[in-house]
Amino acid sequence: MSSGAAQLELNADIPAAHQHPAWTTLKRLLHHRSFLFGLGLFGIVLLAAALAPWIAPVDPTKLAMRFKFRPPGSEFAFGTDNFGRSLWSRVIWGAQLSVIIGFSVVVLNAVFGTLIGALAGYFRTLDNGLMRINDAMMAFPAILLAIGITAVLGPSTLNAILALAIVYIPRTARIVRSSVIVLREMEYVQAAIAAGAGHWRILRRHILPNAMAPLIVQLSFLFAYAVLSEATLSFLGLGAVPPTPTWGNIMAEGRQYMIEAPWIITIPGVALMITVMGLNLLGDGLRDVLDPRLRIQQ
Amino acid sequence: MSLLELRGLTTVFQTERGGISAIEDVSFDLDAGEILGIVGESGSGKSVTALTIMGLLPQPPARIAAGSVKFTGEELTTASPSRMEKIRGAGISMVFQEPMTSLNPVFTIGEQIMETVRAHEGLSASAQRNRAIEMLDRVGIASATKRLNDYPHQLSGGQRQRVMIAMSLACRPKLLIADEPTTALDVTIQAQVLDLLMDLRDELGMAIIVITHNMGVIAEVADRVLVMYAGRIVEQSPVANLFDAPQHPYTKGLLACVPTLAQDRHRLIAIPGSLPEPALRPAGCCFAPRCTYCIEACRAAIPPLLAQPDDRAVACIRADELVAP
Amino acid sequence: MRTSSLAGLILRRIFGALPVLLIVSLITFGLMRLIPGDPSSVIGGLSATPAQLEQIRKDLGLDEPLTVQLLRWYGGLLQGNLGRSILMGQDVMSVTLQRLPVTIALSAYALIITLVLGLASGILAALRHNTWIDQLAMMVAMLGISIPNFFLGLLMIIFFAVQLGWLPTGGYIAFTDDPIGWLRTSTMPAISLALLQVGLLARITRSTMLEVLRQDYIRTARAKGLPQRLVVMKHALSNALIPITTVVGIIVSLLVSGSVVTETLFSIPGMGQLLTQAVLNRDYPMVQGGLFLVTAFLVLINIGVDVCYSLLDPRVRYE
Repeated sequence: MSSGAAQLELNADIPAAHQHPAWTTLKRLLHHRSFLFGLGLFGIVLLAAALAPWIAPVDPTKLAMRFKFRPPGSEFAFGTDNFGRSLWSRVIWGAQLSVIIGFSVVVLNAVFGTLIGALAGYFRTLDNGLMRINDAMMAFPAILLAIGITAVLGPSTLNAILALAIVYIPRTARIVRSSVIVLREMEYVQAAIAAGAGHWRILRRHILPNAMAPLIVQLSFLFAYAVLSEATLSFLGLGAVPPTPTWGNIMAEGRQYMIEAPWIITIPGVALMITVMGLNLLGDGLRDVLDPRLRIQQ
Repeated sequence: MSLLELRGLTTVFQTERGGISAIEDVSFDLDAGEILGIVGESGSGKSVTALTIMGLLPQPPARIAAGSVKFTGEELTTASPSRMEKIRGAGISMVFQEPMTSLNPVFTIGEQIMETVRAHEGLSASAQRNRAIEMLDRVGIASATKRLNDYPHQLSGGQRQRVMIAMSLACRPKLLIADEPTTALDVTIQAQVLDLLMDLRDELGMAIIVITHNMGVIAEVADRVLVMYAGRIVEQSPVANLFDAPQHPYTKGLLACVPTLAQDRHRLIAIPGSLPEPALRPAGCCFAPRCTYCIEACRAAIPPLLAQPDDRAVACIRADELVAP
Repeated sequence: MRTSSLAGLILRRIFGALPVLLIVSLITFGLMRLIPGDPSSVIGGLSATPAQLEQIRKDLGLDEPLTVQLLRWYGGLLQGNLGRSILMGQDVMSVTLQRLPVTIALSAYALIITLVLGLASGILAALRHNTWIDQLAMMVAMLGISIPNFFLGLLMIIFFAVQLGWLPTGGYIAFTDDPIGWLRTSTMPAISLALLQVGLLARITRSTMLEVLRQDYIRTARAKGLPQRLVVMKHALSNALIPITTVVGIIVSLLVSGSVVTETLFSIPGMGQLLTQAVLNRDYPMVQGGLFLVTAFLVLINIGVDVCYSLLDPRVRYE
């Protein structure tokens, strides 16, 4: 209970005098079960994506009609689809695409979301206008906006990245803005302003480093959303153009054969699940270690 | 038979490093109408004692390892949870330190008082309401009837503490435990709240345990005093005797720390050292590392709490020698 | 809460939402104008002559300058006229009124599932913190937020429709026509829609409850001798529902988003499927009008959430 237990002041690990905070954070992360499990799951996917040219040398778009509809087995690890293409190849290359897309969306969010959020949070005059536009963007159901943007730009991998980035940047901006607003009022920032420090310097040195924790947690979950959303987009036919394999469009094509060849939709589906779960677990771990107070928001 | 009897109460917290006793071998009696002060530093076990009496410690990780708590003859340590629920609020009530966060923000203060009455007594809604108004009046809240519909955030800290007291007394408990009731309040409000407690004791004849680290509050309000250190009682005494002639070196240190106008010092006196971590308590007397009168024998074994004349007790093997103030 | 101040609150929120709606309509307008190619070729077909295409464009008002088109659009909005769908041949408003209820019914079904399962498991997990119940609930919740809803939909179709034959593979029967039929066609879609939200709500409910149970006023409630049931259901829940209400607003938006895929997968004639087809077929007016209406609807829902929030938290009410 609060007062009784608090009085005991148990200090299980008294940090060494000069331990760098980043190092202790890393150590705590590596002891966090969810984080490790997530790292393991996502790590497998990442590895597969990185090693694609070596572990999946067969061209994923190569047709081979005589091999069509082979179930997973000794010949084809994941079986083949209606065009005789190796599902193993398609899923592995699809992994690479998913990772690239997710990563790109995250990077774009990190840059532009932080920029917009910091500007809105720090400069009160910009806040109102920026947030109105932000709210308008967030009012659209995410997929519908993404579909609309992809329709404008045309279906392709790059456009899917741009569409998803545009959809999620307002959410990221909001999170950065919340942190900046709170930090702006902190005494050490007030002190810096009083000492005559310029705005950019204050933002760069005092505010943004301390706004990183919620941002990093958000970006981790964002990677997961991006992978899921991209799969949805390509399932609907928007996104990378066939025959380029993405998990979403493999499942879309495999839908018609779900009775005679259920592995075509099942295997990419499971791959998606593993990737997204890994990322979510990573996000949980990061949140618990970096800022337990965020638990309510996620 | 006393209202409250504690014998050898020991509460242990289970942690990754094994069991740690928050309080050990705590024994005392309390009679109706008495105000008992429990004083000590943060971490000395004062609050844990109160929470153990109330049964408010979560059973893992906390555990009553030994001892008994008898309230009007009934053993509380083995009472069922539903029995304890009936006793809390109606037999024994507790007021906590933080008035700003101790009231539920989404219910009116009237409702929060009335629900206590509702839980323990089968009164009609209007009777509950009248009791609430009566209690708010008693604790000095002006325009009680209107205030019934106020929410906690509309009241000041001092008012909220009064509401907490009103809530705790609504069912006329025999014993009120006040854990640092004035620590979070302004000095002027502190005096008012303490006066209120004493008036209520006179009117209702209930016993009060006041837990504090502030010797001034003890001097003001207590009839008898328990001094706790590192989870054990080190001295027991009627209040006047304690201030006139403290027997335990720790008590002497505490009193010496209180600055007076008569002093001509440039520095405040403090007791050197600090409270040992519960897991790292020394084998003998807990206070030995910080005690100016410590001898070899002190470190050998934990000194027992021995009775002294004038209804006092002290846990120090050198108490008789060190009679000087 | 006095009715006058409640009405005042709603009005204030609506006024606050107007600039947002303005920008939303601007964005939908702009988005449609940016799509390469235009509807005239879709309508005219491959054999249309340039003159015929030009005529179609004139009819649709596409030959006028952009600002004029924008003003026409706003003018129409104010009159409730959102243009005519090229594909459907009816005006946008009436098509929407046919399709939107379908989506709303499906989303409502999914919302009920979400609220019941999400809240119950979240509260249970919090009360049985660190026991196997907690761990199990959180594992299932984690699965929920990690499985794509169309994957679950496909699996359910394979299993329940194809293998077991209990439920149809798709299609839709309106509730007003046949309630049982509606249940049969809507259950799998609703479950696949709800999955993500149940996971989300369960996680957030659990952390909110844990946070609330740590508060001082819960200790006070126990110290007053209130039975545990009352402490949790009255004192803890009433406070936990405040942040949870905000989440429900987000969940409704996610339900609409999710219904796009679900409707396409299960061939349900709702707004989500309609808008997807409209975009793919360059049906400008439909996308413009439909997207605007759906978004306006969501803005309204969020105002409702805001109002609930004020009703639940007296500190906000009395500011």
